Amino acid sequence: MSAWILLVLLVVVVLWVVAAYNGLVSLKNQTLNAFKQIDVQLKRRHDLIPNLVNAVRGAMDFEKDTLEAVIQARNQAVNVNAAGPEAVKQISHAENVLSGALSRLMVVVERYPQLKATANIGQLQEELTSTENKVAFARQLYNDTATQYNTKQQQFPTSLVAGWAHAERAALWEIEDTAERVVPRVDLSMKPKT
Amino acid sequence: VTEETALTLFQQQDANRRRTVWLILCFVLFFAWLGFGGDYIYALSTAHAPPAQQHHVWWFGFVMLGIGGVLAWYAYRTGPEKVLWATGAEEVIEPADAREKQLVNVVEEMAIAAGVPRPRIWIVPDPDPNAFATGNAPEHAHVAVTRGLIDLCDRDELQAVIGHELGHVKNLDVRLMTTLAALVGAVLLIRNGTSRIFASGRNGDGRGRRSNLGPLAGILLVVWILSWILAPLIAQLLAVAVSRKREYLADAMGAQFTRNPLALARALEKIEASGAPTTRLRSGAAHMCIADPLGSRLGRQDGRLADVLATHPPMAKRIAILKGMGYAQLKREGGAIP
Repeated sequence: MSAWILLVLLVVVVLWVVAAYNGLVSLKNQTLNAFKQIDVQLKRRHDLIPNLVNAVRGAMDFEKDTLEAVIQARNQAVNVNAAGPEAVKQISHAENVLSGALSRLMVVVERYPQLKATANIGQLQEELTSTENKVAFARQLYNDTATQYNTKQQQFPTSLVAGWAHAERAALWEIEDTAERVVPRVDLSMKPKT
Repeated sequence: VTEETALTLFQQQDANRRRTVWLILCFVLFFAWLGFGGDYIYALSTAHAPPAQQHHVWWFGFVMLGIGGVLAWYAYRTGPEKVLWATGAEEVIEPADAREKQLVNVVEEMAIAAGVPRPRIWIVPDPDPNAFATGNAPEHAHVAVTRGLIDLCDRDELQAVIGHELGHVKNLDVRLMTTLAALVGAVLLIRNGTSRIFASGRNGDGRGRRSNLGPLAGILLVVWILSWILAPLIAQLLAVAVSRKREYLADAMGAQFTRNPLALARALEKIEASGAPTTRLRSGAAHMCIADPLGSRLGRQDGRLADVLATHPPMAKRIAILKGMGYAQLKREGGAIP
């Protein structure tokens, strides 16, 4: 009798181990896939930026610095991205810088009504908003999935299987440098600086 | 929050898969009952007659079973197309203007947030704001919005509505709801057809064959006819029961995708304020929409009758829940409550 109970217990434990292992593997793959999605969206953004800059360049001679910052941030981001997914920290930093530069450009565009009046710019603004949203949502999905993966592998019964399933903590994509996002104040009153 | 919703997501998907299978099984069994039951009643009613006049149409049950199976398969396979066709929706392939471009962008954004492939996008030419999603799997999903919704909502609100719809797509609500809509449609269609046959049959030779029905056959006959009559009603009650709780869940999922519950609350308020019926979305697909397209006043109150009969939960309750989420979020992030 007790042998039967033991056997049943064993079967239950084995089934649980299999389920936990498979659960971790599935979450790991989801996390990797979510990371790939960020990559796709970042590439899209890098491709879009040259067009954007060309479209506003003519009308924005007076905001050379802002445009320069965008172009530089973009090139920097492209370079870092070529390094591959191992350099998550650098990539996320470069992309955050680019986000900051782009949002400054958006604010600048807002500020020039004659620029905004062109239908072209309206479309570009929509495209830029959408691109930024796509990057943000891809990141959000990655962070959500990675958090879920991290929690799962640390929580008690599953943590016993974690080492065996080669589960490692996935790094989250963090938004740093809030200062980058602060909108610069532009003085248009032409007063001499004191 | 994400941990819990993610855990229940798989359960939701499983439950929806299971329920779809059950629904199709019940549909096929219903046809089997009509076939074999009808044949049995026919045989019973002639049992007292001399052997030469006894009737036992043995193949009738199998034919009905076959018809039921083929219908269910057809409804499942073509359900999404049929639903879209019934609403007169037009697919957005090349966005025609800035607003349509924005719609496409918003759908792409939400597909990324939900982690599902980009669904096909349709616009229903109807001035009343509403939206629905259909499809059998996230890989073959469709999202449809009315022209009125595009005109009424700003970018954030449109995003929130699409987020809600993709919530339905992700947890496989769409499979169950679409199959249900297609089956309800099939039952209604058959009922309309057969009631005509019954009517003409009664005028014809109905009186000539007043055979001596036994009490068992009599009862069975009544049940048999009742199931013909009640089937559409049962199907619609099923649609009601199946869809209400899902709206809260899809609201929550939409809010999780956009991280902006207040936008969905605003969108729902706007949709509610323009409470005209969405004429393009008929009763068959009512349970699929974000807001009750029939414009019934039942949605406004929270009584027991409303709870039983409405396809959608009371709008006020949904908005209140979303606002609660939104304010909690604002409080965490230290923003000002509007």
